[in-house]
Amino acid sequence: MTAAELGRALRRREVSSLELTDHFLARIEDSGTRLNAFVTVTAERAREDARRADAEIAAGQGGPLTGVPIAHKDIFCTAGILTTCSSRMLANFTSPYDATVVEKLTAAGTVLLGKTNMDEFAMGSSNETSYFGPVRNPWDESRVPGGSSGGSAAAVAAGLAPAATGTDTGGSIRQPAALTGLTGIKPTYGRVSRYGMIAFASSLDQAGVLARSAEDAALLLAAMSGFDPRDSTSVEQPVPDYHAGLEAPLAGLRIGVIREFFGEGLEAGTGAAVTGALDQFKRLGAEVVEVSLPALPLSVPTYYVVAPAECSSNLSRFDGIRFGYRCESPRDLYDLYTRSRGEGFGDEVKRRIMTGTYVLSAGYYDAYYLKAQKVRSLIAADFQRAFESVDLLFGPTAPTPAFGIGEKVDDPVTMYLNDIYTIGANLAGLPALSAPCGLVDGLPVGFQLIGPQFSESRLLSATHAYQRETDWHRRLPPAWA
Amino acid sequence: MSNEWEVVIGLEIHAQLATRSKIFSGSSTAFGAAPNVQANLVDLGYPGVLPVLNAEAVRMAARFGLAIGARVSHRSVFARKNYFYPDLPKGYQISQYELPIVQDGRVEIVLDDGSAKVIGVTRAHLEEDAGKSLHEELPGQSGIDLNRAGTPLLEIVSEPDLRSAREAIAYMKKIHTLVRYLEICDGNMQEGSFRCDANVSVRGLGRREFGTRCEIKNLNSFRFVEKAINHEVARQIDVLEGGGSIVQETRLYDPGRDETRSMRSKEEANDYRYFPDPDLLPLVLDADWIESLRTTLPELPDAKAARLVAEHGLPAYDAGVLSASRELADYYEAVIGLVGGQPKLVANWVMGDLSALLNRDGLDIQASRVDTQRLAGLIARIVDGTLSGKLAKEVLETMWDEGSEADAVIEAKGLRQITDTAAIEAVIRKVMEDNPGQLADYRGGKDKLFGFFVGQVMKATGGKANPGQVNELLKTLLAG
Amino acid sequence: MTLTRHDVEHIARLARLQIREDQLEPFAGSLSRIIDFVEQLGSAATDQVEPMAHPLQGMVQRLREDRVEASDQRDLFQQNAPETAAGLYLVPRVIE
Repeated sequence: MTAAELGRALRRREVSSLELTDHFLARIEDSGTRLNAFVTVTAERAREDARRADAEIAAGQGGPLTGVPIAHKDIFCTAGILTTCSSRMLANFTSPYDATVVEKLTAAGTVLLGKTNMDEFAMGSSNETSYFGPVRNPWDESRVPGGSSGGSAAAVAAGLAPAATGTDTGGSIRQPAALTGLTGIKPTYGRVSRYGMIAFASSLDQAGVLARSAEDAALLLAAMSGFDPRDSTSVEQPVPDYHAGLEAPLAGLRIGVIREFFGEGLEAGTGAAVTGALDQFKRLGAEVVEVSLPALPLSVPTYYVVAPAECSSNLSRFDGIRFGYRCESPRDLYDLYTRSRGEGFGDEVKRRIMTGTYVLSAGYYDAYYLKAQKVRSLIAADFQRAFESVDLLFGPTAPTPAFGIGEKVDDPVTMYLNDIYTIGANLAGLPALSAPCGLVDGLPVGFQLIGPQFSESRLLSATHAYQRETDWHRRLPPAWA
Repeated sequence: MSNEWEVVIGLEIHAQLATRSKIFSGSSTAFGAAPNVQANLVDLGYPGVLPVLNAEAVRMAARFGLAIGARVSHRSVFARKNYFYPDLPKGYQISQYELPIVQDGRVEIVLDDGSAKVIGVTRAHLEEDAGKSLHEELPGQSGIDLNRAGTPLLEIVSEPDLRSAREAIAYMKKIHTLVRYLEICDGNMQEGSFRCDANVSVRGLGRREFGTRCEIKNLNSFRFVEKAINHEVARQIDVLEGGGSIVQETRLYDPGRDETRSMRSKEEANDYRYFPDPDLLPLVLDADWIESLRTTLPELPDAKAARLVAEHGLPAYDAGVLSASRELADYYEAVIGLVGGQPKLVANWVMGDLSALLNRDGLDIQASRVDTQRLAGLIARIVDGTLSGKLAKEVLETMWDEGSEADAVIEAKGLRQITDTAAIEAVIRKVMEDNPGQLADYRGGKDKLFGFFVGQVMKATGGKANPGQVNELLKTLLAG
Repeated sequence: MTLTRHDVEHIARLARLQIREDQLEPFAGSLSRIIDFVEQLGSAATDQVEPMAHPLQGMVQRLREDRVEASDQRDLFQQNAPETAAGLYLVPRVIE
């Protein structure tokens, strides 16, 4: 059942939140370490939340999510609960405060099942960089679930949680959603507060949802969105009722197919499934045209300058002094810094910090960082131009279905190219969504819709219309059905 | 030898802005709290927290820009300055780099010979202060207190226009005066609210290109600035005259030893990897807002000094001394208002005896034990002839010590000046009678003895006789 | 390779990361791959292009009222600190 269906069942008193919570906690426990989707399971907190929700429902109060269990990516600070970012650096870090996203979803009555595994500090596309070990894809446990929100994706796909939060810096919600058969949305930059979300690349990071349907995504996104005075990059704009907007008619919608996304590198089965989805949109009454965004192929190299640059600075606060890992008996201050950081961070995090340090360092700033910022302008301008003639852009989410664990860890650039279709939306700050549209050799693949800023409603309603006519989003991994 | 060298100095002054809360968080900026109780999640750089800019810090920086005739930027940008230091919680300092809030201003200083010189202010930018490392009582360890971390700073960067330690001090004092006039900084140097780094180099006289400079860090008193610069200049000249060359580096002044020593010579010390802070958006100030701010500026020290010369007829020196402190000038003008004129007399009392008492007790003018009302009362008694200048000094000291009014002191001590002609005449006659020899000598042509008679009369009246009247009457009576 | 072992050592020192001797070579290799890969940005014509620091083009910094909001929570915040004494965070002696 989807989160929306569970919410309705709760309000009809067909089931209590405590029963639901116990059901999901049991599934998490039964799954053991097979998927490694959770870093922390908060069973007691969940039951407390559930009892409170049941009382609210009994009093005739609460909203569509009251009593619905969810999981948070372990990048969101949760007061009194371990918040690790799947890093040794924060393996013992208990946050003294709640992220705004956590606060808002708690206020919406959700029940917190636990914190999900992820790529260390959200740096990765396969969930193999976690200090707590890789997460496995419920569709094929020898394969990755995608990353960096891989734990959230695996948990929802395997039915360990109805929905989960994620963050998306270069595709970290959409790519795992595609690889696990989920609907994942990354909203417009500034739509959801970043306060309490541990920063990877501040100008790209945005929180969002991994769910079983566009309807669920709409419910959760509405609950977590909104202006937050604690985040200077939070946008002061009212949040539309995404759920009410789901039924907006699709007929006449102009969809632009991104030519650059259907070239070399797109695996054939994936391409076919995505093209099938496009045909479905046509049948639903959408006008489909091809558009070209010539600067878009430069989005991956742009990203791998901008994101490491920001991360190299954002992660400087992890120095073993006020919180986080500290090395044993440091000889002096320099030793404290270098060993705490050297031992506390994994290789991929180190690689990104070093890349970022290099591109910002004296003599290289103009050639790399400034150049990347200019190319970023070109990419954003391409999107803007495209949206003058179409309402939404369309393409695949990832070039291939889930790949094998260990398959791409040797070459960072090959790994980075997984995000070739998703990074553009982050660079331009646009909302984007991935939804399942087929199985290739038993593995899910997804299509992606990208919209202009603050067009979340349209992304969700278009996907909802698609999901009313198709059932890919209802497919479950056979081993977890 | 030193006359072959020209000294070139630029100052970077750090003024803590007098906001209630920090530049990017709601923590208090009050001085003197227990360690780390004024360091919240943002100040500590906790994972996930974000900065939000304090409006008052922006307003204060813009006011400073207007006060020095600078451009207040329509658009300025916050950047991160990346370096690791235990008192820098995030591993970067939020500062402004390419687009500061204030650009291209100037201040005028007065040199020792009384001439004026304009010093360029390249820029002033907003940034956050760091915390403090404490080394006492912790063997082999340092303790970090982050209460100060995030306190707003205005870094005011001068052009390399200063040519001596004296000029540097004059400039620093001028900026100090300005920030206090504007009420944007308390100027307290002991608490570190106002401090500076000095960039010092020397070059052969007549050369156009600058010599290699050294930066002397964290100078927190005017005296140290002067001593540190003089020491550093001497050191650089020694090195150059010994055939060596200056290494660009940061040096720390050690007041105990009166010397500077090298601080951080690590190669990467200067690779701060600045880039725009993605957690903050461009700061945009519209022209109307900036103009409306201009109307809130107080009369500034230069304008005030000019007015005191033009309208009060004060000598430029007096006007300069009084206007160097807004509070001192306010005090002076309040007394003028109460007395109803007498600018030079009031200036003399404020700058002279009153300032001496303030200095003796280490008090600011605001804490003066004789307020404007009382000083005006005293001066009124001088003007109306009740007190001589000499007696008035005595009265002021008593007023200071007892916190009393001038008239009460005059009454209690019987210090009222003798202005009764008959009474003064009687005293003069008595003095003439008691000193027949001197009287005969005077009348025989020894004019110098006039002063002797004045002294005897004043002595006999306990200094209370009106000196003008004494002079007049003595001339008549001594002449016979 | 674009980056040498020496470059890696220098960057690691700037970033305060201890890199084991036997990892210098592999990091030099993977970092070189990344830098070579991003070199393709050089092919884009960007002469008249303004750099984009932020996706919220046109949005400006919001200001916070100057109000003291935080109260003392030192004990809570220091629960995560590896070493403290008398309210101070402890580090090996800082030498200036």
